[in-house]
Amino acid sequence: MWRDTLLVAGKDLRIEARSRVALSQVAPFGIVALVMFAFALGPDRSLMAKGAPGLFWVAVLFCTVLAVQRSVAVESVDGARDGLRLSGLDPAGLFLGKSAAVAAQLVVLELVLGVGVVLLYGARIEVPWLIAASCVLGTVGLAATGTLYGALSAGLRVKETLLPFLLLPIVAPVLLAGTRMWQAASAGGIPSDGNQWLRLLVVFDAVYVALGIVIYGPIQESA
Amino acid sequence: MAPSAPSTSALSLRDAVALSGRFPLLAGVDLEVARGETVLVEGPNGAGKTSLLRVCSGLVPLSSGRISVLGLDPVRQRNRVRRRVGLLSHASHLYDDLTVRENVRFAVRAAGADPGRIDGACDRLGLTGRLLTTNSGKLSAGQRRRVALAVLTARWPELWLLDEPHAGLDASTRTTLNELVAEASASGATVVLVSHESEFVGSLAPRVVTVAGGRVTSDRRVGRHGSPVGPRPTAPSGTRAQGAVTHVA
Repeated sequence: MWRDTLLVAGKDLRIEARSRVALSQVAPFGIVALVMFAFALGPDRSLMAKGAPGLFWVAVLFCTVLAVQRSVAVESVDGARDGLRLSGLDPAGLFLGKSAAVAAQLVVLELVLGVGVVLLYGARIEVPWLIAASCVLGTVGLAATGTLYGALSAGLRVKETLLPFLLLPIVAPVLLAGTRMWQAASAGGIPSDGNQWLRLLVVFDAVYVALGIVIYGPIQESA
Repeated sequence: MAPSAPSTSALSLRDAVALSGRFPLLAGVDLEVARGETVLVEGPNGAGKTSLLRVCSGLVPLSSGRISVLGLDPVRQRNRVRRRVGLLSHASHLYDDLTVRENVRFAVRAAGADPGRIDGACDRLGLTGRLLTTNSGKLSAGQRRRVALAVLTARWPELWLLDEPHAGLDASTRTTLNELVAEASASGATVVLVSHESEFVGSLAPRVVTVAGGRVTSDRRVGRHGSPVGPRPTAPSGTRAQGAVTHVA
C-alpha cells in the first residue's frame, strides 16, 4: 500500500510541478479572494484582523475545491482513470497517494494565504504552533474528504458543480475548528474549552482517512 | 456436478450478460479461450467487441453469467487479474504533463512489472532520443498509441487484450506490433485481438470469433492466410473452466 501511495503521490506532484496550476492559478485565486473580502469589510483594520481567521479558512476551502477538481481532472483525460484501475494499484494506496498530493499543494497554498492575511488584514499570531497544528490537521481532513468526494463525482457529467456542493458542507467542521484555533492563537493560547476543537479535527481526520481507505476502491469501480 | 474444463483456459465466459444502465453491452456471450491461443474478434460497430474486452479486463462487471480470467474471478480477485492482464484500448491512458519515459515508467511500476524492461520496450517501439523526454500531450495519436504499446511490451502480461491495435499506426509500427503479438503467443501468452482490419492481422490469429448484438455468432478456425478451415470444435456441453468463477444471478 505504501509503495503505491508514494508512486501515486509522486506522479500527481510531478504533474503539478509541470503544469503549475496550484501556483499560477489556485494561489492567485486565493489571494484575489482575500482582497475581495478586504474590500467587503471596508478600511476598519480591527474588523479585518478579527475576521482574518475565518476568511483565511474560507479562502483555503475555495482553494481546496480547485485543487481537488484538478486532481480529478488529470485522471479524466485519455482514459487515465481506467489506466489506474487496470494497473492493479491498491485502492487504499491510490486514495492515500492522491490525498497526499492534494495535501502537499494545500500546505503551500496555506502558507501563501497565511502571509496574505497577515499582510492584508494585520492578523496577529501569538502562538504559531497552534496555527501550524490546525493547518496540518485541517489539511489532512480537507485532502481526505476532497479526494473521496472528488472520486464520487468523477464519473458524473456535472462534477464541476457537484463537487463544491457536496464537499463544502462536509468540511464545515474544519472551517469551524480551524477558525477557533486561529482565534485562540491570536489571543495567546488555547482557552479552557479550546482542546475540543483540536480533538474535533483529529477525529474528523481519522474518520475520513479510514473511510477513504475502505471505500475509495468501490467508489472508483462504480464511478 | 458439471465436469471442469481443462485448466489451460485463459478466458471462460458462460452466458455472460453485461449492462450499461439498462442497455445490454453483452447479451449472453459463451466463449472459451485456451492459454497461449490467439483469437481475432470481429463484428460490426456496436456489436460488443470492446465491451467484451472491458469485461475480460475486469473494467465492466457482469450482470449475470459466469466469467473466469486466467482461472481467477475478475471481480473478487480484481487486482490479481489486472496485474496479469494488459488492455490496449482506444484511450492511451497517458498523462499529458508527463514525458513519454515518465508515463511508461509509472504504468509499469504501478502494474508491479520489472522497470528493467522499459528501455528495451521503448527502443522496440521507436521511442528513443528526444521523444522519450517529450511531454505526452505533444504527441500525435499514433505516437501515443506507440507509448501505450511500449507499456504493454514492458509489462508483458499473460493475457493481451488488444482493441483495434493497428489503428493510427504507421506501416513499420504495424509490423512491429504483429511481431510482438507473434512473440507473445510464442511465449505462452494469450492474445485476444479486436480488429476490423483483418488484412493487418493476417495469419496471427488462427481462430476468428464473430460477435454481433452482444453475442458470439460464429467461431471458426482459419488457415494461415485467413481462409476458413471449418468451425472450431465446441467444448462438451456443461464444461466449466477451473478456478474461481463469478456467478451473478
